[in-house]
Amino acid sequence: MRNFALCRPNHPGKGRDRRVSELEVVHCSKYYRKNGEQLCTLKEADMRIRSGRFVSIIGPSGCGKSTLFNIISGLARPSGGQVLLDGKNITCESGHVGYMLQKDLLLPWRTILDNVIIGLEIRGVPKKRARERALPMLQKYGLKGFEYDHPDALSGGMRQRAGLIRTLLYDKDVILLDEPFGALDAQTRLQMQSWLLQIWNDFRKTVLFVTHDIDEAIYLSDEIYVFTHRPGRIKARIDVGLPRPRGEETMMDERFLQLKRELLLMLKEEREPV
Amino acid sequence: MAGQKEEDSRGPLIEDQGADAARMRRRAFAGQIIAGILIIFLWEFLTRIGWLDSYYWSSPLTIVRTGWTAITKGTLLQDLAYTSGTTIIGFILGTLAGSVIGLSFWWSGLYAKIAEPYLIAFNAVPKLALAPVLVIMFGIGFNSKVMLAFLMTVVVAAIAAHSGVKNIDRDLEKMLISLGAKRRHVFMKVVVPASMPWMVGILKINISLALAGTIVGEFISSRQGIGRMILYAGQVLNMDLVWVGVVSLSVLSIVMYLGTVWLERRLMRGRNPKS
Repeated sequence: MRNFALCRPNHPGKGRDRRVSELEVVHCSKYYRKNGEQLCTLKEADMRIRSGRFVSIIGPSGCGKSTLFNIISGLARPSGGQVLLDGKNITCESGHVGYMLQKDLLLPWRTILDNVIIGLEIRGVPKKRARERALPMLQKYGLKGFEYDHPDALSGGMRQRAGLIRTLLYDKDVILLDEPFGALDAQTRLQMQSWLLQIWNDFRKTVLFVTHDIDEAIYLSDEIYVFTHRPGRIKARIDVGLPRPRGEETMMDERFLQLKRELLLMLKEEREPV
Repeated sequence: MAGQKEEDSRGPLIEDQGADAARMRRRAFAGQIIAGILIIFLWEFLTRIGWLDSYYWSSPLTIVRTGWTAITKGTLLQDLAYTSGTTIIGFILGTLAGSVIGLSFWWSGLYAKIAEPYLIAFNAVPKLALAPVLVIMFGIGFNSKVMLAFLMTVVVAAIAAHSGVKNIDRDLEKMLISLGAKRRHVFMKVVVPASMPWMVGILKINISLALAGTIVGEFISSRQGIGRMILYAGQVLNMDLVWVGVVSLSVLSIVMYLGTVWLERRLMRGRNPKS
Protein backbone atom coordinates (compact mmCIF):
# COMPACT_ATOMS: atom_id res chain seq x y z
CA MET A 1 0.00 0.00 0.00
CA ARG A 2 2.82 2.33 0.88
CA ASN A 3 4.03 3.05 -2.61
CA PHE A 4 0.53 4.01 -3.72
CA ALA A 5 0.46 6.93 -1.37
CA LEU A 6 2.56 8.86 -3.85
CA CYS A 7 -0.29 8.84 -6.29
CA ARG A 8 -2.67 10.85 -4.18
CA PRO A 9 -2.68 14.57 -4.79
CA ASN A 10 -0.14 16.40 -2.73
CA HIS A 11 -1.63 19.58 -1.44
CA PRO A 12 0.99 22.23 -0.93
CA GLY A 13 1.28 23.41 2.62
CA LYS A 14 -0.08 20.19 4.12
CA GLY A 15 3.33 19.14 5.32
CA ARG A 16 4.19 17.23 2.20
CA ASP A 17 7.65 15.78 2.13
CA ARG A 18 9.99 17.34 -0.32
CA ARG A 19 10.92 14.53 -2.55
CA VAL A 20 13.74 15.64 -4.70
CA SER A 21 13.64 14.16 -8.13
CA GLU A 22 15.90 16.09 -10.35
CA LEU A 23 16.10 15.09 -13.96
CA GLU A 24 19.36 15.72 -15.72
CA VAL A 25 20.16 15.28 -19.37
CA VAL A 26 23.91 15.31 -19.79
CA HIS A 27 25.37 15.94 -23.20
CA CYS A 28 22.96 13.70 -25.05
CA SER A 29 23.36 13.26 -28.79
CA LYS A 30 21.80 11.01 -31.35
CA TYR A 31 23.28 10.23 -34.75
CA TYR A 32 21.76 8.11 -37.49
CA ARG A 33 23.20 6.80 -40.68
CA LYS A 34 20.83 6.59 -43.57
CA ASN A 35 21.91 5.79 -47.15
CA GLY A 36 25.49 6.35 -46.11
CA GLU A 37 24.68 9.84 -44.95
CA GLN A 38 25.11 10.73 -41.34
CA LEU A 39 22.23 12.55 -39.73
CA CYS A 40 22.23 14.19 -36.36
CA THR A 41 18.83 14.63 -34.75
CA LEU A 42 20.01 15.74 -31.34
CA LYS A 43 23.26 17.41 -30.54
CA GLU A 44 24.82 17.71 -27.09
CA ALA A 45 21.68 18.50 -25.18
CA ASP A 46 22.21 19.52 -21.57
CA MET A 47 19.22 20.05 -19.34
CA ARG A 48 18.70 20.19 -15.65
CA ILE A 49 15.13 20.13 -14.49
CA ARG A 50 14.29 20.76 -10.89
CA SER A 51 11.63 18.79 -9.12
CA GLY A 52 8.03 19.88 -9.55
CA ARG A 53 8.73 22.26 -12.41
CA PHE A 54 6.70 22.59 -15.55
CA VAL A 55 9.17 22.77 -18.41
CA SER A 56 8.33 23.16 -22.07
CA ILE A 57 10.39 22.36 -25.11
CA ILE A 58 9.64 24.31 -28.19
CA GLY A 59 11.19 24.22 -31.61
CA PRO A 60 10.53 23.69 -35.29
CA SER A 61 9.54 20.25 -36.61
CA GLY A 62 12.50 17.92 -36.78
CA CYS A 63 14.32 19.56 -33.90
CA GLY A 64 14.84 16.28 -32.13
CA LYS A 65 12.20 16.76 -29.47
CA SER A 66 10.80 13.29 -29.89
CA THR A 67 14.30 11.84 -29.99
CA LEU A 68 15.04 13.56 -26.71
CA PHE A 69 11.89 12.11 -25.16
CA ASN A 70 12.66 8.65 -26.42
CA ILE A 71 16.09 8.92 -24.84
CA ILE A 72 14.81 10.21 -21.51
CA SER A 73 12.15 7.52 -21.32
CA GLY A 74 14.74 4.86 -22.08
CA LEU A 75 13.12 3.73 -25.33
CA ALA A 76 16.09 4.86 -27.42
CA ARG A 77 19.81 4.69 -26.83
CA PRO A 78 21.69 7.96 -27.15
CA SER A 79 24.84 8.01 -29.30
CA GLY A 80 26.51 9.78 -26.43
CA GLY A 81 25.58 11.25 -23.08
CA GLN A 82 23.59 10.22 -20.08
CA VAL A 83 20.22 10.67 -18.43
CA LEU A 84 20.27 11.01 -14.67
CA LEU A 85 17.32 10.89 -12.31
CA ASP A 86 18.25 11.96 -8.79
CA GLY A 87 21.84 11.38 -9.75
CA LYS A 88 21.15 7.80 -10.80
CA ASN A 89 21.99 6.82 -14.35
CA ILE A 90 18.78 5.75 -16.10
CA THR A 91 20.08 5.83 -19.68
CA CYS A 92 18.38 3.09 -21.73
CA GLU A 93 16.19 2.01 -18.83
CA SER A 94 12.48 2.32 -19.41
CA GLY A 95 9.87 2.61 -16.69
CA HIS A 96 11.43 5.45 -14.68
CA VAL A 97 9.33 8.26 -16.10
CA GLY A 98 5.76 8.52 -17.30
CA TYR A 99 5.58 9.12 -21.04
CA MET A 100 2.55 10.15 -23.00
CA LEU A 101 2.80 10.12 -26.75
CA GLN A 102 1.01 12.42 -29.13
CA LYS A 103 -1.63 9.85 -29.97
CA ASP A 104 -3.83 8.82 -27.06
CA LEU A 105 -3.02 5.14 -27.74
CA LEU A 106 -5.99 3.86 -25.80
CA LEU A 107 -6.70 0.18 -26.41
CA PRO A 108 -9.96 0.09 -28.38
CA TRP A 109 -11.13 -3.18 -26.84
CA ARG A 110 -10.89 -1.91 -23.27
CA THR A 111 -13.21 0.47 -21.49
CA ILE A 112 -11.79 3.81 -20.37
CA LEU A 113 -11.50 2.54 -16.81
CA ASP A 114 -9.64 -0.58 -17.90
CA ASN A 115 -7.43 1.51 -20.16
CA VAL A 116 -6.19 3.81 -17.42
CA ILE A 117 -5.34 0.98 -15.03
CA ILE A 118 -3.06 -0.83 -17.46
CA GLY A 119 0.09 0.54 -15.87
CA LEU A 120 -1.06 -0.76 -12.49
CA GLU A 121 -1.95 -4.11 -14.02
CA ILE A 122 1.57 -4.42 -15.38
CA ARG A 123 2.91 -3.70 -11.93
CA GLY A 124 0.83 -6.59 -10.63
CA VAL A 125 -1.91 -4.69 -8.80
CA PRO A 126 -5.09 -6.83 -8.88
CA LYS A 127 -7.63 -5.45 -11.35
CA LYS A 128 -10.28 -4.87 -8.73
CA ARG A 129 -7.98 -2.79 -6.53
CA ALA A 130 -6.66 -0.88 -9.53
CA ARG A 131 -10.20 -0.03 -10.61
CA GLU A 132 -11.08 1.17 -7.14
CA ARG A 133 -8.16 3.57 -7.27
CA ALA A 134 -8.75 4.77 -10.80
CA LEU A 135 -12.46 5.42 -10.53
CA PRO A 136 -12.32 8.50 -8.27
CA MET A 137 -9.59 9.98 -10.44
CA LEU A 138 -11.62 9.59 -13.60
CA GLN A 139 -14.56 11.17 -11.86
CA LYS A 140 -12.61 14.05 -10.42
CA TYR A 141 -10.79 14.91 -13.63
CA GLY A 142 -13.64 15.20 -16.05
CA LEU A 143 -14.36 11.66 -17.21
CA LYS A 144 -17.37 11.02 -15.00
CA GLY A 145 -19.97 9.09 -16.93
CA PHE A 146 -17.45 7.76 -19.45
CA GLU A 147 -15.77 5.18 -17.19
CA TYR A 148 -17.37 2.20 -18.88
CA ASP A 149 -17.38 3.53 -22.42
CA HIS A 150 -14.97 2.39 -25.09
CA PRO A 151 -12.50 4.96 -26.41
CA ASP A 152 -14.22 5.45 -29.77
CA ALA A 153 -17.25 6.87 -27.95
CA LEU A 154 -15.14 9.77 -26.64
CA SER A 155 -14.05 13.04 -28.18
CA GLY A 156 -10.39 13.76 -28.84
CA GLY A 157 -10.06 15.89 -25.71
CA MET A 158 -11.65 13.24 -23.52
CA ARG A 159 -9.36 10.58 -24.92
CA GLN A 160 -6.31 12.72 -24.15
CA ARG A 161 -7.59 13.11 -20.60
CA ALA A 162 -7.82 9.35 -20.27
CA GLY A 163 -4.32 9.02 -21.71
CA LEU A 164 -2.91 11.46 -19.20
CA ILE A 165 -4.72 9.86 -16.27
CA ARG A 166 -3.23 6.54 -17.34
CA THR A 167 0.21 8.15 -17.22
CA LEU A 168 -0.50 9.71 -13.82
CA LEU A 169 -1.70 6.44 -12.36
CA TYR A 170 1.61 4.95 -13.39
CA ASP A 171 2.83 7.19 -10.64
CA LYS A 172 6.25 8.46 -11.61
CA ASP A 173 7.56 11.82 -10.46
CA VAL A 174 8.55 12.89 -13.94
CA ILE A 175 6.07 12.97 -16.78
CA LEU A 176 6.91 13.53 -20.44
CA LEU A 177 4.13 14.90 -22.61
CA ASP A 178 4.78 14.88 -26.34
CA GLU A 179 2.41 17.40 -27.93
CA PRO A 180 -0.60 15.98 -26.14
CA PHE A 181 -2.95 18.67 -27.42
CA GLY A 182 -1.51 18.90 -30.92
CA ALA A 183 -4.50 17.33 -32.62
CA LEU A 184 -7.20 19.24 -30.75
CA ASP A 185 -9.17 22.25 -31.91
CA ALA A 186 -8.40 25.64 -30.36
CA GLN A 187 -11.33 25.71 -27.93
CA THR A 188 -10.73 22.21 -26.60
CA ARG A 189 -7.05 22.99 -26.39
CA LEU A 190 -7.66 25.95 -24.06
CA GLN A 191 -9.89 23.82 -21.87
CA MET A 192 -7.31 21.08 -21.76
CA GLN A 193 -4.54 23.50 -20.80
CA SER A 194 -6.46 24.70 -17.75
CA TRP A 195 -7.31 21.11 -16.94
CA LEU A 196 -3.63 20.14 -17.15
CA LEU A 197 -2.63 23.02 -14.88
CA GLN A 198 -5.20 21.88 -12.34
CA ILE A 199 -3.84 18.34 -12.40
CA TRP A 200 -0.27 19.55 -12.21
CA ASN A 201 -1.17 21.70 -9.25
CA ASP A 202 -2.81 18.76 -7.48
CA PHE A 203 -0.06 16.25 -8.15
CA ARG A 204 3.04 18.41 -8.34
CA LYS A 205 4.81 16.21 -10.82
CA THR A 206 7.76 17.35 -12.82
CA VAL A 207 6.40 17.87 -16.31
CA LEU A 208 8.36 18.01 -19.53
CA PHE A 209 6.10 19.24 -22.28
CA VAL A 210 6.77 19.35 -26.01
CA THR A 211 4.75 21.76 -28.08
CA HIS A 212 4.76 23.77 -31.27
CA ASP A 213 2.50 26.38 -29.80
CA ILE A 214 4.22 29.41 -28.26
CA ASP A 215 1.15 30.57 -26.34
CA GLU A 216 0.73 27.14 -24.87
CA ALA A 217 4.36 26.96 -23.80
CA ILE A 218 4.30 30.34 -22.05
CA TYR A 219 0.90 29.83 -20.48
CA LEU A 220 1.79 26.49 -18.93
CA SER A 221 5.48 26.58 -18.11
CA ASP A 222 8.02 27.72 -15.56
CA GLU A 223 10.84 27.35 -18.05
CA ILE A 224 11.03 27.03 -21.80
CA TYR A 225 13.82 25.40 -23.79
CA VAL A 226 14.07 26.53 -27.37
CA PHE A 227 15.55 24.02 -29.81
CA THR A 228 17.23 24.72 -33.12
CA HIS A 229 16.36 23.13 -36.41
CA ARG A 230 18.24 19.98 -37.39
CA PRO A 231 20.60 19.16 -35.83
CA GLY A 232 18.52 19.76 -32.73
CA ARG A 233 20.49 21.77 -30.23
CA ILE A 234 19.37 23.81 -27.25
CA LYS A 235 19.30 27.40 -28.43
CA ALA A 236 18.04 29.11 -25.32
CA ARG A 237 16.52 28.57 -21.92
CA ILE A 238 13.91 31.06 -20.83
CA ASP A 239 12.48 31.61 -17.38
CA VAL A 240 8.82 32.45 -17.71
CA GLY A 241 8.36 34.00 -14.28
CA LEU A 242 4.66 34.67 -14.64
CA PRO A 243 2.75 34.39 -11.37
CA ARG A 244 0.56 31.41 -10.65
CA PRO A 245 -2.25 30.49 -10.58
CA ARG A 246 -2.63 31.52 -14.18
CA GLY A 247 -5.83 32.17 -16.03
CA GLU A 248 -7.00 33.67 -19.28
CA GLU A 249 -5.89 37.13 -18.13
CA THR A 250 -2.31 35.80 -18.00
CA MET A 251 -2.36 35.73 -21.78
CA MET A 252 -2.92 39.51 -21.86
CA ASP A 253 -0.12 40.21 -19.39
CA GLU A 254 2.69 42.49 -20.55
CA ARG A 255 5.31 39.89 -19.63
CA PHE A 256 3.42 37.24 -21.61
CA LEU A 257 3.42 39.37 -24.74
CA GLN A 258 7.06 40.24 -24.36
CA LEU A 259 8.02 36.56 -24.05
CA LYS A 260 5.87 35.75 -27.02
CA ARG A 261 7.68 38.35 -29.12
CA GLU A 262 11.08 36.99 -28.09
CA LEU A 263 10.11 33.40 -28.82
CA LEU A 264 8.57 34.24 -32.17
CA LEU A 265 11.79 35.94 -33.22
CA MET A 266 13.90 33.01 -32.10
CA LEU A 267 11.76 30.51 -33.93
CA LYS A 268 11.74 32.68 -37.03
CA GLU A 269 15.51 32.35 -37.20
CA GLU A 270 15.11 28.60 -37.09
CA ARG A 271 12.61 28.41 -39.88
CA GLU A 272 13.98 26.81 -42.98
CA PRO A 273 14.65 29.31 -45.75
CA VAL A 274 11.89 28.98 -48.30
CA MET B 1 -63.88 11.57 -41.79
CA ALA B 2 -63.10 8.50 -39.78
CA GLY B 3 -59.62 8.27 -41.29
CA GLN B 4 -58.99 11.93 -40.51
CA LYS B 5 -59.89 11.39 -36.87
CA GLU B 6 -57.62 8.38 -36.54
CA GLU B 7 -54.68 10.36 -37.87
CA ASP B 8 -55.27 13.13 -35.34
CA SER B 9 -55.32 10.79 -32.39
CA ARG B 10 -51.99 9.31 -33.49
CA GLY B 11 -50.30 12.67 -33.19
CA PRO B 12 -47.38 13.82 -35.33
CA LEU B 13 -45.57 11.33 -37.53
CA ILE B 14 -42.52 10.04 -35.67
CA GLU B 15 -40.06 7.78 -37.38
CA ASP B 16 -39.30 4.94 -35.05
CA GLN B 17 -36.10 3.51 -36.49
CA GLY B 18 -35.88 0.72 -33.94
CA ALA B 19 -39.38 -0.49 -34.75
CA ASP B 20 -38.69 -0.24 -38.49
CA ALA B 21 -35.60 -2.38 -38.14
CA ALA B 22 -37.46 -4.93 -36.01
CA ARG B 23 -40.27 -5.14 -38.56
CA MET B 24 -37.68 -5.65 -41.32
CA ARG B 25 -36.09 -8.50 -39.35
CA ARG B 26 -39.42 -10.22 -38.73
CA ARG B 27 -40.41 -10.01 -42.37
CA ALA B 28 -37.05 -11.25 -43.59
CA PHE B 29 -37.21 -14.23 -41.21
CA ALA B 30 -40.73 -15.12 -42.33
CA GLY B 31 -39.61 -14.81 -45.95
CA GLN B 32 -36.67 -17.11 -45.35
CA ILE B 33 -38.87 -19.80 -43.80
CA ILE B 34 -41.41 -19.57 -46.62
CA ALA B 35 -38.70 -19.79 -49.27
CA GLY B 36 -37.25 -22.89 -47.61
CA ILE B 37 -40.64 -24.61 -47.45
CA LEU B 38 -41.30 -23.70 -51.09
CA ILE B 39 -38.02 -25.20 -52.28
CA ILE B 40 -38.65 -28.48 -50.45
CA PHE B 41 -42.23 -28.58 -51.67
CA LEU B 42 -41.18 -27.90 -55.25
CA TRP B 43 -38.51 -30.60 -55.06
CA GLU B 44 -41.07 -33.13 -53.83
CA PHE B 45 -43.65 -32.00 -56.39
CA LEU B 46 -41.30 -32.07 -59.41
CA THR B 47 -40.02 -35.55 -58.59
CA ARG B 48 -43.62 -36.76 -58.11
CA ILE B 49 -44.79 -35.53 -61.52
CA GLY B 50 -41.60 -36.86 -63.11
CA TRP B 51 -40.02 -33.57 -64.24
CA LEU B 52 -37.05 -34.47 -62.07
CA ASP B 53 -35.88 -38.07 -62.18
CA SER B 54 -36.39 -39.38 -58.68
CA TYR B 55 -33.64 -41.94 -59.24
CA TYR B 56 -31.00 -39.19 -59.30
CA TRP B 57 -32.78 -36.52 -57.30
CA SER B 58 -34.53 -38.73 -54.79
CA SER B 59 -37.19 -36.66 -53.00
CA PRO B 60 -37.54 -35.01 -49.62
CA LEU B 61 -39.99 -37.60 -48.29
CA THR B 62 -37.84 -40.52 -49.46
CA ILE B 63 -34.79 -38.92 -47.94
CA VAL B 64 -36.55 -38.55 -44.62
CA ARG B 65 -37.74 -42.14 -44.75
CA THR B 66 -34.35 -43.53 -45.76
CA GLY B 67 -32.72 -41.36 -43.15
CA TRP B 68 -35.00 -42.71 -40.46
CA THR B 69 -34.16 -46.29 -41.46
CA ALA B 70 -30.46 -45.38 -41.42
CA ILE B 71 -30.85 -44.04 -37.91
CA THR B 72 -32.90 -46.91 -36.49
CA LYS B 73 -31.49 -49.87 -38.38
CA GLY B 74 -28.20 -48.49 -39.67
CA THR B 75 -25.37 -46.51 -38.12
CA LEU B 76 -26.17 -42.96 -39.27
CA LEU B 77 -25.92 -41.47 -35.77
CA GLN B 78 -22.62 -43.20 -35.03
CA ASP B 79 -21.30 -42.04 -38.41
CA LEU B 80 -22.43 -38.53 -37.67
CA ALA B 81 -20.72 -38.58 -34.29
CA TYR B 82 -17.54 -39.93 -35.85
CA THR B 83 -17.42 -37.33 -38.58
CA SER B 84 -18.28 -34.40 -36.33
CA GLY B 85 -15.83 -35.62 -33.68
CA THR B 86 -12.87 -35.80 -36.06
CA THR B 87 -13.83 -32.49 -37.64
CA ILE B 88 -14.10 -30.63 -34.35
CA ILE B 89 -10.90 -32.06 -32.90
CA GLY B 90 -8.99 -31.30 -36.09
CA PHE B 91 -10.51 -27.82 -36.22
CA ILE B 92 -9.59 -27.02 -32.62
CA LEU B 93 -6.06 -28.38 -32.87
CA GLY B 94 -5.42 -26.76 -36.24
CA THR B 95 -6.85 -23.38 -35.33
CA LEU B 96 -5.08 -23.24 -31.97
CA ALA B 97 -1.73 -24.38 -33.37
CA GLY B 98 -2.06 -22.01 -36.32
CA SER B 99 -2.92 -19.06 -34.09
CA VAL B 100 0.04 -19.80 -31.83
CA ILE B 101 2.35 -20.02 -34.85
CA GLY B 102 0.99 -16.76 -36.27
CA LEU B 103 1.28 -14.93 -32.96
CA SER B 104 4.78 -16.25 -32.41
CA PHE B 105 5.90 -14.22 -35.43
CA TRP B 106 5.54 -11.16 -33.25
CA TRP B 107 8.33 -12.37 -31.01
CA SER B 108 11.12 -12.01 -33.53
CA GLY B 109 11.14 -10.09 -36.77
CA LEU B 110 13.98 -12.19 -38.14
CA TYR B 111 12.19 -15.46 -37.42
CA ALA B 112 9.02 -14.07 -39.03
CA LYS B 113 10.92 -13.04 -42.15
CA ILE B 114 12.56 -16.45 -42.47
CA ALA B 115 9.32 -18.36 -41.89
CA GLU B 116 6.97 -16.28 -44.04
CA PRO B 117 7.80 -17.68 -47.51
CA TYR B 118 7.47 -21.22 -46.16
CA LEU B 119 4.10 -20.40 -44.70
CA ILE B 120 2.94 -19.11 -48.06
CA ALA B 121 4.39 -22.12 -49.86
CA PHE B 122 2.73 -24.53 -47.46
CA ASN B 123 -0.53 -22.69 -47.93
CA ALA B 124 -0.25 -23.28 -51.66
CA VAL B 125 0.17 -27.07 -51.25
CA PRO B 126 -3.18 -28.77 -51.89
CA LYS B 127 -3.41 -30.55 -48.56
CA LEU B 128 -6.19 -32.85 -49.75
CA ALA B 129 -3.81 -34.32 -52.30
CA LEU B 130 -1.73 -35.53 -49.37
CA ALA B 131 -4.64 -37.58 -48.08
CA PRO B 132 -3.38 -40.96 -49.41
CA VAL B 133 0.00 -40.39 -47.80
CA LEU B 134 -1.60 -39.40 -44.50
CA VAL B 135 -3.85 -42.45 -44.48
CA ILE B 136 -0.80 -44.66 -44.94
CA MET B 137 1.14 -42.71 -42.30
CA PHE B 138 -1.57 -42.47 -39.67
CA GLY B 139 -3.72 -45.48 -40.46
CA ILE B 140 -7.29 -45.70 -41.69
CA GLY B 141 -8.74 -44.78 -38.31
CA PHE B 142 -9.45 -41.58 -36.42
CA ASN B 143 -5.93 -40.11 -36.56
CA SER B 144 -5.58 -39.70 -40.30
CA LYS B 145 -8.89 -37.78 -40.47
CA VAL B 146 -7.94 -35.50 -37.58
CA MET B 147 -4.60 -34.91 -39.26
CA LEU B 148 -6.28 -33.90 -42.52
CA ALA B 149 -8.64 -31.52 -40.75
CA PHE B 150 -5.65 -30.15 -38.85
CA LEU B 151 -3.62 -29.54 -42.00
CA MET B 152 -6.58 -27.89 -43.71
CA THR B 153 -6.96 -25.37 -40.89
CA VAL B 154 -3.52 -24.75 -39.45
CA VAL B 155 -2.05 -22.60 -42.20
CA VAL B 156 -5.16 -20.49 -42.60
CA ALA B 157 -5.15 -19.77 -38.88
CA ALA B 158 -1.43 -18.98 -38.88
CA ILE B 159 -1.79 -16.53 -41.76
CA ALA B 160 -4.76 -14.85 -40.09
CA ALA B 161 -2.95 -14.45 -36.78
CA HIS B 162 0.13 -13.18 -38.59
CA SER B 163 -1.93 -10.54 -40.38
CA GLY B 164 -3.28 -9.50 -37.00
CA VAL B 165 0.22 -9.20 -35.61
CA LYS B 166 1.40 -7.18 -38.59
CA ASN B 167 -1.42 -4.70 -38.14
CA ILE B 168 -0.60 -3.79 -34.57
CA ASP B 169 0.28 -0.16 -34.02
CA ARG B 170 3.94 -0.17 -32.93
CA ASP B 171 3.26 2.87 -30.76
CA LEU B 172 1.00 0.73 -28.57
CA GLU B 173 4.01 -1.41 -27.71
CA LYS B 174 6.05 1.72 -27.08
CA MET B 175 3.37 3.08 -24.78
CA LEU B 176 3.23 -0.14 -22.77
CA ILE B 177 7.00 -0.38 -22.49
CA SER B 178 7.11 3.20 -21.25
CA LEU B 179 4.68 2.02 -18.56
CA GLY B 180 7.26 -0.53 -17.47
CA ALA B 181 5.93 -3.50 -19.43
CA LYS B 182 8.04 -6.49 -20.31
CA ARG B 183 7.63 -8.24 -23.63
CA ARG B 184 5.29 -10.82 -22.13
CA HIS B 185 3.01 -8.02 -20.91
CA VAL B 186 2.95 -6.50 -24.36
CA PHE B 187 2.16 -9.92 -25.78
CA MET B 188 -0.72 -10.63 -23.40
CA LYS B 189 -2.19 -7.15 -23.22
CA VAL B 190 -1.75 -5.92 -26.77
CA VAL B 191 -0.68 -8.60 -29.25
CA VAL B 192 -3.24 -11.27 -28.37
CA PRO B 193 -6.27 -8.98 -28.01
CA ALA B 194 -5.33 -6.88 -31.04
CA SER B 195 -5.04 -9.99 -33.22
CA MET B 196 -8.18 -11.56 -31.83
CA PRO B 197 -10.56 -10.17 -34.48
CA TRP B 198 -8.35 -11.64 -37.21
CA MET B 199 -8.16 -15.02 -35.51
CA VAL B 200 -11.86 -15.08 -34.77
CA GLY B 201 -12.68 -14.00 -38.31
CA ILE B 202 -11.41 -17.26 -39.83
CA LEU B 203 -13.23 -19.62 -37.46
CA LYS B 204 -16.18 -19.94 -39.83
CA ILE B 205 -13.92 -20.63 -42.79
CA ASN B 206 -11.85 -23.11 -40.85
CA ILE B 207 -14.75 -25.20 -39.59
CA SER B 208 -15.88 -25.90 -43.16
CA LEU B 209 -12.29 -26.57 -44.26
CA ALA B 210 -11.95 -29.05 -41.41
CA LEU B 211 -15.16 -30.80 -42.47
CA ALA B 212 -13.92 -31.02 -46.06
CA GLY B 213 -10.65 -32.54 -44.84
CA THR B 214 -12.41 -35.12 -42.73
CA ILE B 215 -14.76 -36.18 -45.50
CA VAL B 216 -12.00 -36.59 -48.06
CA GLY B 217 -10.14 -38.66 -45.47
CA GLU B 218 -13.19 -40.85 -45.08
CA PHE B 219 -13.57 -41.16 -48.85
CA ILE B 220 -10.02 -42.42 -49.19
CA SER B 221 -10.31 -45.10 -46.60
CA SER B 222 -12.37 -45.48 -43.49
CA ARG B 223 -14.57 -47.85 -41.59
CA GLN B 224 -16.92 -45.20 -40.26
CA GLY B 225 -18.23 -41.73 -40.94
CA ILE B 226 -20.64 -39.99 -43.26
CA GLY B 227 -18.02 -39.80 -46.01
CA ARG B 228 -17.64 -43.55 -45.99
CA MET B 229 -21.42 -43.96 -45.96
CA ILE B 230 -21.80 -41.75 -49.04
CA LEU B 231 -19.02 -43.54 -50.87
CA TYR B 232 -20.54 -46.93 -50.06
CA ALA B 233 -24.06 -45.82 -51.06
CA GLY B 234 -22.73 -44.46 -54.34
CA GLN B 235 -20.94 -47.72 -55.12
CA VAL B 236 -24.12 -49.74 -54.62
CA LEU B 237 -26.08 -47.11 -56.58
CA ASN B 238 -28.29 -46.26 -53.60
CA MET B 239 -28.92 -42.61 -54.49
CA ASP B 240 -31.42 -42.12 -51.69
CA LEU B 241 -28.76 -42.99 -49.16
CA VAL B 242 -26.27 -40.65 -50.86
CA TRP B 243 -28.80 -37.88 -50.42
CA VAL B 244 -29.27 -38.81 -46.78
CA GLY B 245 -25.51 -38.41 -46.35
CA VAL B 246 -25.47 -35.07 -48.13
CA VAL B 247 -28.37 -33.75 -46.09
CA SER B 248 -26.79 -34.98 -42.84
CA LEU B 249 -23.54 -33.24 -43.73
CA SER B 250 -25.40 -30.03 -44.51
CA VAL B 251 -27.18 -30.15 -41.18
CA LEU B 252 -23.89 -30.91 -39.41
CA SER B 253 -22.22 -28.05 -41.22
CA ILE B 254 -24.96 -25.61 -40.20
CA VAL B 255 -24.83 -26.74 -36.57
CA MET B 256 -21.04 -26.33 -36.46
CA TYR B 257 -21.35 -22.94 -38.13
CA LEU B 258 -23.73 -21.83 -35.39
CA GLY B 259 -21.21 -23.22 -32.91
CA THR B 260 -18.49 -20.95 -34.32
CA VAL B 261 -20.86 -17.98 -34.18
CA TRP B 262 -21.34 -18.71 -30.49
CA LEU B 263 -17.58 -19.10 -30.02
CA GLU B 264 -16.98 -15.80 -31.81
CA ARG B 265 -19.35 -14.02 -29.45
CA ARG B 266 -17.62 -15.53 -26.45
CA LEU B 267 -14.14 -14.61 -27.61
CA MET B 268 -15.17 -11.05 -28.46
CA ARG B 269 -17.18 -10.62 -25.26
CA GLY B 270 -16.92 -7.28 -23.51
CA ARG B 271 -15.66 -5.58 -26.64
CA ASN B 272 -17.10 -2.71 -28.45
CA PRO B 273 -18.86 -4.26 -31.46
CA LYS B 274 -17.38 -1.51 -33.63
CA SER B 275 -13.79 -2.12 -32.62
